[in-house]
This record gives sequence, structure tokens and C-alpha cells, in this order.
Amino acid sequence: MAKNDKINDFVVRFANVNGTGSASANFLFTKAIFRMGIPVTPKNIFPSNIQGLPTWYEVRVSEKGYLGRREGVDLMVAVNPQSMLKDVKDVREGGYFLYDSSKRLHDEFMREDINYIGIPLMQMCNEAYTDARQRQLFKNVVYVGALAALLDIEFNVLEDLLSEQFKGKEKLIPSNVKALKLGIDYIHANYKYPLEFRVERRDLIKDKILMEGNAACGLGAVYAGATVAAWYPITPSTSVVEAFMDYSDEFRVDKITGKRNVAIVQAEDELAAIGMVIGANWNGARSFTATSGPGVSLMNEFLGLAYFAEIPTVLVDVQRTGPSTGMPTRTQQSDIMEAAYASHGDTKHVLLFPSTPQECFDSMLDAFDLSEGLQTPVIVMTDLDLGMNDHVSPPITFDDKREYKRGKVLDAVALEKIEKFGRYLDIDKDGITYRTLPGTHPTKGSFFTRGTSRDEYATYTEDSAAYQRNMDRLIRKWDTAKTMVPAPQVYQKKNESNNGILFFGTSQYAAEEAMDVLKSEKIIVDAIRLKSFPFTKEVVAFINSHDKVFVIEQNRDAQMRSLLMIEMDADPKKLISVLNYDGMPITADNILNQVKINLSTKETVNKVAEKKPVVAKVPTKKAVKKAVVKPARPAGGKVVKKAIKKAAPKKAAKKVLAKKKVAPKKVIKKAVAKKKVAKKIASKKIVKKVAPKKAAKKVIAKKKVVKKVVAKKGNKKKATKKRK
Amino acid sequence: MTYIRPKFRHPELQKNKLGYTVDHYEGALSTLCAGCGHDSISAGIIQAAYEMNIEPHKLAKLSGIGCSSKTPAYFLSNSHGFNSVHGRMPSVATGANLANRDLIYFGVSGDGDTASIGMGQFVHVIRRGLNMTYIVMNNGCYGLTKGQDSATADQGSKNKSGNVNLFESIDLASLAIELGATFVAQSFSGDKAQLVPLIKAAMNHPGFAFINVISPCVTFNNNLGSTKSYDYVREHVEATATVDFVPQMKEISVEYGKGTHKQVVMHDGSVIQLHKLAEEWDPLDRQSAMNAVLNSKAKNEILTGLLYVNPDAHDLHHMINTSDVPLNTLGKDVLCPGSEMLVDINAGLR
Repeated sequence: MAKNDKINDFVVRFANVNGTGSASANFLFTKAIFRMGIPVTPKNIFPSNIQGLPTWYEVRVSEKGYLGRREGVDLMVAVNPQSMLKDVKDVREGGYFLYDSSKRLHDEFMREDINYIGIPLMQMCNEAYTDARQRQLFKNVVYVGALAALLDIEFNVLEDLLSEQFKGKEKLIPSNVKALKLGIDYIHANYKYPLEFRVERRDLIKDKILMEGNAACGLGAVYAGATVAAWYPITPSTSVVEAFMDYSDEFRVDKITGKRNVAIVQAEDELAAIGMVIGANWNGARSFTATSGPGVSLMNEFLGLAYFAEIPTVLVDVQRTGPSTGMPTRTQQSDIMEAAYASHGDTKHVLLFPSTPQECFDSMLDAFDLSEGLQTPVIVMTDLDLGMNDHVSPPITFDDKREYKRGKVLDAVALEKIEKFGRYLDIDKDGITYRTLPGTHPTKGSFFTRGTSRDEYATYTEDSAAYQRNMDRLIRKWDTAKTMVPAPQVYQKKNESNNGILFFGTSQYAAEEAMDVLKSEKIIVDAIRLKSFPFTKEVVAFINSHDKVFVIEQNRDAQMRSLLMIEMDADPKKLISVLNYDGMPITADNILNQVKINLSTKETVNKVAEKKPVVAKVPTKKAVKKAVVKPARPAGGKVVKKAIKKAAPKKAAKKVLAKKKVAPKKVIKKAVAKKKVAKKIASKKIVKKVAPKKAAKKVIAKKKVVKKVVAKKGNKKKATKKRK
Repeated sequence: MTYIRPKFRHPELQKNKLGYTVDHYEGALSTLCAGCGHDSISAGIIQAAYEMNIEPHKLAKLSGIGCSSKTPAYFLSNSHGFNSVHGRMPSVATGANLANRDLIYFGVSGDGDTASIGMGQFVHVIRRGLNMTYIVMNNGCYGLTKGQDSATADQGSKNKSGNVNLFESIDLASLAIELGATFVAQSFSGDKAQLVPLIKAAMNHPGFAFINVISPCVTFNNNLGSTKSYDYVREHVEATATVDFVPQMKEISVEYGKGTHKQVVMHDGSVIQLHKLAEEWDPLDRQSAMNAVLNSKAKNEILTGLLYVNPDAHDLHHMINTSDVPLNTLGKDVLCPGSEMLVDINAGLR
């Protein structure tokens, strides 16, 4: 390995057409890297559409385990003509653009500062397969094969994954393997491989899993003993209940009777869904629903009832980009205020903020225990990024000794001992009163549940004192909740700085990466990750013991910051917002940029609240100066074959380079049509350093093949050469 | 209007088979207007529950918002009650029923609560065949907000302020038949002899049982020109049949008048005895029931009695194949797959 090579550190983006079967091929790519023990994080950037519109899948590979999104695409797999212009632009300078070269790439897609890898995907599939659908589907597998060659993905890993995927449908395996090999062979025959960035087997994954947060929520609900689920389909929450259905099929069907120990109802709308959940919980079954922001808006009325009538309710809010219908398939953390204070009147709701699939699972267990323990709604706040993207996560665990905490529910025996049952009598002085379930006792324990004001015996009253006693007790209960909800993750044992950063949910990935970078730059900040609302004493201590706290969140209005101000009376001046609200998962660069700007100015006011352009880690335009000239023009597959003579020039180039003690460069042959024009990009610095220019030129020239020598040092330097 | 309920009860009040006298089925004192039709229906519910030997704690009463939805406080105080939010009782009842299939679910709603704000939930609870009794106390107006027309007010009907309703009314009974309700009846709050057996039969029905009860609002909709006034309803009522409900064939106590007999044997062997008054009407035939309702409507008559019944109804639990044991009784031992199963699940995600 040469020192300039980047191992396990790059971003590949796939530009596909929605509904063309790219998803499983792309996942195959991700999973293969995961199987090679390398941290990987895929993001679906998909349209609100079933078929036809552009969809992207972005995979970041990170040796360091950075699982947030990163700007800058190193390799674009562009198989969607519709989005190609944008896709070309999104490749970082010096990056690669892999495309279907069955047809000539039009001039408008040409950039001087990137490398083109043309593979005649359509042509190859048309030759190899007869069935139209297969021709379409296998194009995706062919490019995965090509990527395997370019990025050094182990073939047997891919093969294993295919055999697992088609277990029971073994007939399909050979045709898939064939497609993989088509891609691999094509690269082997026509291009220098692997690229300077590529994967190398590691043991960094250990026992971790690759899972979507929604599936983990669904599984968590099964383990938490949920028996009634009611829901209304809405992106991005739908797969929560679908996972619950699937796991219920597996675990909730009585083996003898064939009957189901679960009831799942698709409701007519979100109002009915939460109504059913409340009815079931009122009647002693653990019940939940899942929705997204628009659904939470509709559920507000019922959430107020559940809060005031004190009925356990569990709701998963997989947040998406609002307001209104917003961007239904993009992520955001923008339902915080809505969820915290859902419904009219004085209300507050318990919120949980998981960050990983494992925490999604745990959150469901906690949500039911808290909801029944506190007799109030609990909202699990995930988001589209966590819910619908695969995440590397610690494995799901369950402690078999963990019992369901069903809260203060009186049975018939307990009722016998009571002279007069009072549903809202605060016997334990913690604000949590005793409830009974219908059907418990023939003459004791019945009461009338209502959203109207009532006294301690659940009798309707308009007495001001009784009303206020009740409202005050609900606050007492809220204070009790602060001792029950999960504590935050505090990253240091003792404060090390006057500055702190605060984040929650999926911002964790980017925030931790940013912390790492800051540390490497000797900028010390303390950190805390919220896991719940109301805020616990640890949160209060953190805010109070820092002069400045950067509040990182993925919404425009700094909703968590508002919540900290409202609930903790935190000084607004010390809470500095770091925001991201473009619908894409937040990046470390974004955080770093905003934090650094603030720390470098003396003013402590909230200037950084405004989102600044992202500082890309990839070389900027200034860093790379363009030397030459005319755009390269890659041509169709056949021409490519003709134009390229494989081994000799490659070797020769290598040799020359080696002589000069320059790291071997990955040589990407660039097929150029008759005109044989190409381009050259090199920073002046690099050009100086890279002596073998002439020699390489010579060799290449001899073979009359146009190619590009890409030299890289770190990720900022590069030299690209061309020659006739 | 009375403010204190006399505690005195006749010492020789008859006890039902559970040993309860009828007062055991009463509720809190009504706060509705004196003469309100709803109070008569509450009395009918109390009577039906008493006669059916229902254990009060085995029944859950639910309602939405409005005058009618207040009534669950006025009957069966030994039952759990749930006064939910406006128009949303069906969803709460659905959840409650799914949690525990062994209770009787008794829903009370009004014409505003059902035909306007709650129309969505009403039609969907019917589609799902939830095993419950759903009574609409239908007075054609919004009582609690002082008499605005509701969606069941008949076109041309005049309210207390003298305004004539311009819009077509929603006929809840025919709607319920069309949507597949397996028990649909219509009655009048002033006809307790008809109402009580209907409520009994509805409570015994193994699916969705709907009773639309015309229940005049004495304060806001009992004026001349209103088609929901006591006088108008009395004059225009037309019964399908005299009806009696006989639990499990034990005894037959109805006096039959002239005309033909119809016995509907229910799923559990109980029988609905019908003495047919309407011609060309078969209570087991949906089409025929629909025609009967429409025909009487065309004649400005209010057809009451049992309109349609399907004795072999299946409820939601049957459709989604849930456990015979109530879901709310299942514990962790049954519900939680345990850590062992996670080994495989995690392995599948690697």
C-alpha cells in the first residue's frame, strides 16, 4: 500500500431510478463492506415516489468509525440519465464518475477535474440476458461487480451474501454471480484497479449488527409485550409497524391454536390510530402506534386526553422534514416542540431520543414501562435517518430478568382492602395515582375516565380548587418523571472546558466525529447527549457548569434550545445553536464550521445560528489548480476496448514511478475517442513533487493510449496527467 | 328537576338472577334537562342490563362528547366508563375491545358526535364489525351549544329559532345497513316497550349492533315544525314489528298481536321474537331491510324496530384471528420471545 492511498475512507453515491431494483444491489455493496469488518454507513436519499424519479444511495466507509454523513462524493455510480447533470457536479474534484457507456456520454457531462469510468452496462446485460426485467435488474449487480474490482471488495464475501439472500431460491444465484463477474472482468480488462481509495479487511465491526431503527422499534415492541398496535401508513414510520407485524408472525402465533397473541389494526387515520391505542392501554393491554410529524399533529387532541385522563400511551414519531407535508422523504428533528407540548391547555409529554437501532429497541421497553409507570403518553422520537437507514449498531440485547413494570394497577384483592377507591388520590405523594382496569371487581374500583375536570374520585367537577389541585399534582408527577427517564450520556467524568456541546438522536454520529476533530486540533469541549425529556439533573448540571453550550439539532428554529430555556430557565445567551435543516443528515463538517466560527469570535451572541456553507474536507477549488485545457471525452464501450491496451503501459508507468520513489499511482485509463484529447489537473505543488511526469508521459505516449495518472498525497494533493 | 336522588327503594324490589335489584344498575343523577329523551334511553339501558343479568363490571361504557355522551355517567355506575373526545368513541372502543374481548362494550353517541365530527370513525367501526352496541341518541340538534342543526336534521325541519334546515339529512340506520352492520335497529325514546328488548338483543349480538334512537330535545328541538319533536315522532312512527328478545330459549314472554311471526335464532341459541307489522320485509335480508327504510322515509314515516340482523355475524377478533384469551391477560412469559431468540435475530443482521 502506498502512503497516498486512502484505505477505508471514502464516499460512494449511487444515482438510480426509483423502482429499478437498485436497492438490493446497493445494499449488497454496503453489506459486503460491513462483512469485511469495516464501519460503513449508508443513506437512502429517496423521492416520495414509487417508480421513475431519481433516488440516491450514499455509502460512507470509515476506518475511524465515523458513521455520520460526509459531504463530498469520491465515486459516483451514475446510472440515472435524469439526474446525471447534478450527479456529475456532485463528484469531488479528482473523484470518479462511473457511468453506463453503452451510449456515448454527452459533452455536458464532461468535467476536466474528475475521472470517468465507462462501463457498457446496458450492452453487457443485453448480451448476457434475454429477459427484459433481468436485463434491467442485473445492470445493478454488474456495477456492484465493477465496484468490487475497483475498491478491492472480496469476491467470496459478495458470493456468500448472494447465497444468503437467495436461500431457498438457489436457482437465482448463478445468474447473479454471473452479473457480478461481468462487472469485475470488465474492470480487470479495461481499467487499472483498485483505485487509490479502497477497502481493506479489518476487524472493527466485532459483534455489531447492521439494522434500521424502525425494525428495531418494531422488535422492541414485541419484546416489550405490546399486544395491540394501531396505525395509519405514513413515511417514514410505516416500517415500524411492518416490522412489528413480521416479528409478530414469528413470535406471537400460538403454536397449538394458530391464534395470534396480538391485534394489529390499520386505522382510518391517525386520530383513530391513537384512539385505539388509548382504548387498549386504558383496558390494560400494552399498545402503541407509530407515525411522523403530520400524524402527531392529528393526534394532538388525543394526546391531551391521555395526558389529562392519565392513560398510558406509546407513540413512535419517526420525524421527517416539515412543516406540513414538507419533504416527506427527508430527515429532520423538527417535531420536538410539537411532541413535548402536544395538545391544547397545559400539557407536557415524556420524550425519548434514541440514537442507534439498539437504543430504538431499548426505548420501546422503556417507553412502555415509563408510560404505564407514569400513566401518561411517552413519545419515542426517532427520525427518518435512524428509522429508514441501516446503521451499524451494537447488537440487540434483552435481559431475561427484566420484568414489565405495569405501574400502579389495583387488582381485585387490593380493591377488597380499600374502603373507597379514589382514582386520582395521590396516596404516595409522587403525583402518580392508582388505576383499575375494567372487569376487575364487581362492586369496587369502577370509575369514569374523562377529559373533563374531576375530583380525586373521578367525579365531574367545576370546582376551581379541585381543578387546580389536579393540575398541581400533574406537575408533581412530572417531577417524578425526571427521576425515572433515562439519564443522558455525559462524555467526560469531570468538566474539562468551559464550553460544551449538547446533542441528541442521530446528531450523535456527526457530533462525535466533530469532537474527534476538535480534539485533534486541541480544542477541548465537553459533551452531553440527551436521551430524554423532561431533563434530568445531569442535564441541569451540564448547562449550569458551562459558559457556552452548543446545542446541535436538525431543525430551523432551535427547538431543543427553546425547550432548555423553557424548562430549565437556561440563559439564552449561553446556548449557541448549531443547526442543520436541509433535510439531509447533519455532517461533522457542518458542526465544526459552526462551532469554530463561534469559538474564534469574541462575541458570545447567537451568530452561528444561521447556517453557514459547509466546509468540505475534500480539496477545494483553490487547492487544486487546473493546468490544462480541453475536456476529455470518454466513449462507448467498444471504442474503449479498442483504445486500450492493458498491461504494458500500466506496468511501465508503475515502474517509472517506482524508480522515482513516488508512491505507485492508480492509473485509470481513460478511453478517449479519436480525438484523443484529455486533461490534466495538478496543483503546482504536486507537479513539482511528482517528478516522473515526463517519464510517464513518454511511456504512455509510446503506447498511444490516453490515460490519466492520478497521484494523490493525503486527500488534498493530486496530479492528473494525460498524454497522447 | 331533582337534585337529590332519594335513597329509598321499595323493599320488595325484584332481584335478577345475580341477586341485584334494578338500582344496582343505576348511575349518577342526570344533569340533562327535565324531559330529555336521553334520560328515557338511559332508563332503558338500566332495565335491559338488569333483565339480561349483566354483571356491571363486565361491561364497559364509552362515549364521545355532547349531551348524549354524558349519559354513561347516569347508568351502570359499577361499570368502568370512558367519556372520550368528540366523535372518537369508536376508536377508543376498538382499542378497548381488542385488549379484552370478554367484556361487553356499550357505546353511546349523539347525532353530532356520530353523523358529523365522528362520521369517519363511525363508518370504519362498522366496517370492522367490532363487537359492541352503538346507540345514537338522535335529536337532530346540538343541545350543549344551544340548538344548532345537526346533520340528521331533516331537510325542511324547523328549529326553535324558526330557521328551516336547507340540507339533506344523513340517515344513520340505512347507512349502517349499507356499510355491513350486522344488527341495525331504530327506535324512539318514548317507546320503552320496544327499546328495551332491542337493547337486550343488541348487547347479545356477536358483532356490531347499531340502534338509532330518535330522542327529542325538549329544550331546543321540540317545537312545531321540527321533525324530531315528541309530537311529530309519535305521529309518524311506524314499527316493523313488535319485538322481544329471549335469552337462550328459556322463556317466551311476549304477547303476540295480529299478523305473522318471525323468530330469529341467534348464534348462542337466544331468540329474537318478531311480530311483523311491515309488509314485504325480511329482517334477515339486507336488501329488503334497506327497501323498507327507504319506502317509509318516502312516506315521511320513521320506521322503528329491528331493521336488519345477521345472526351469524363475525367480529373483528374473528377476522384477525386473535387469541381466545383476552390480550390484556397475557404476561411476559407468553409475549416476550426472550434473549435466546435475539441470537438468531442479531446473526441475521450481520
